[in-house]
Amino acid sequence: MTFFVISLIKCLVVLFILLTAVAYIQLAERKIVGRMQARVGPTRVGPFGLLQPAADAVKFILKEDLTPDTAHKFLYVLAPMLAVVLALLSITVIPIGPIVTLFGVRTPLQITDINVGLLLILGVTSLGVYGVVLAGWSSNSKYSLLGSLRGGSQMISYELSLGLALIGPVMLAGTLSLRGIVEAQRHMHWYILPQLLAFFIYLTAAFAETNRIPFDLPEAEGELGAGYHTEYSAMKFAMFFLAEYVNMITVSCVATLVFLGGWMGPLFGPAFLRALLPVIYFVVKASFFLFLYIWVRGTLPRFRYDQLMSFGWKVLVPLALANILVTSLIVALH
Amino acid sequence: MQLTLFLIFAVVAVAGAINLLVQRHPIYSALSLVTVMGALAVEYLLLGAEFIAFIQVIVYAGAIMVLFVFVIMVLNAGEVARHPRSKVAAWIGLPVLVLFGVLIVGQVYGNYHQNTLRMGEYLVQTGPIGQSLFHQYLLPFEVTSVLFLVGILGAVVLAARRDDVTDKKTKSVAAGR
Repeated sequence: MTFFVISLIKCLVVLFILLTAVAYIQLAERKIVGRMQARVGPTRVGPFGLLQPAADAVKFILKEDLTPDTAHKFLYVLAPMLAVVLALLSITVIPIGPIVTLFGVRTPLQITDINVGLLLILGVTSLGVYGVVLAGWSSNSKYSLLGSLRGGSQMISYELSLGLALIGPVMLAGTLSLRGIVEAQRHMHWYILPQLLAFFIYLTAAFAETNRIPFDLPEAEGELGAGYHTEYSAMKFAMFFLAEYVNMITVSCVATLVFLGGWMGPLFGPAFLRALLPVIYFVVKASFFLFLYIWVRGTLPRFRYDQLMSFGWKVLVPLALANILVTSLIVALH
Repeated sequence: MQLTLFLIFAVVAVAGAINLLVQRHPIYSALSLVTVMGALAVEYLLLGAEFIAFIQVIVYAGAIMVLFVFVIMVLNAGEVARHPRSKVAAWIGLPVLVLFGVLIVGQVYGNYHQNTLRMGEYLVQTGPIGQSLFHQYLLPFEVTSVLFLVGILGAVVLAARRDDVTDKKTKSVAAGR
């Protein structure tokens, strides 16, 4: 029973943090990209535009919810739900700090600690394709279908290098548990050093997997309207939007945990600061990756579709396989 | 608790399988199969086989079924027309179905007391799975991978050849004009 209550509380807290984070990452994105393009971004709602996310939420709720006549109704409604649920599912295994004692309850700072956490994330990511594919198909529109075909093939292709890139660190750590991978980096260095190649492969594949610039072919607004979510409006669109940003957060968290030592860092000061610092380190490291997303968006142009596919299959996958080969040789020789 | 979860997901799996046969649109059939795969993964999870459960999700639901859905989308397959049912199929099919049902029930009841499965019995780390794959079952494992390689090469050859043919056709058409 206590387990149930604790899990419920943790879920609610995580959900609250996550939704707030999504709202403000989106605001930060508009601000930062604005600055990069010599604009100021939203400033009108609240001080420095800080209440803009709330205004956006109200707007999404009040807008008319359209469903095309020719759409396959059931799947058309199911697709955005699937996208959000799958995005939220993978956050359950992300640990944001060490095991702590709060109000007399000893608990890890994560919703659940399963010993194949990394596999759960990969599995849920691989299911994420359904949201995109079904949305595009059920909309019964040319742009949507083209967008979802691109999205589907892109996500299947880059998922491969994403998973292969993570095998190197997993071999070094000897466990698939995210907490275990972080603990393995305590006495050694962070895995970004011995696994630099894997880190960059992971980062590239992650950008493609979350459909972000420079790999945002599925929603290339210049040629496809909005790609797979062209026909979606109001809250259904907002759900895709939410799913995309939650996926960005998950991917950044995994990069932090696997390559940057998670919540590891120098501890100093009084007791409460010692307890708080790991979480702060984690948030700072993950925020760096989120900033990187925005920075890249403001800097790089979009790939061409054939470049995207040949890059994924002819460059990333062989590199990732070579990395696994070398890493396993080194691990075996030790 | 575990028994309840087992029953719920067992019902989901069977319902998904029946729905797969009943649905007339291929995409709904494919999605029912995804549901079956997901429910099976939960059953593995209940037995404690976490690794197998997530591999099941990644490989079957996440890769193979996505390709199924993809192909259905690209071909833009419509609803399947119902053919008038064959009488022979009904005459042979129903008795065989009953026979199989009796056999399965008989097997399960016959072995019930000797091999009872307990929930969480197969709780193993990923390491031992790798150990047994690369030591005890090394030969079957490698043979299977070679089989897959052959399949992939075959697919590449088939796809490439079709390209050649269309190239020649277009060339000859262009030359003819």
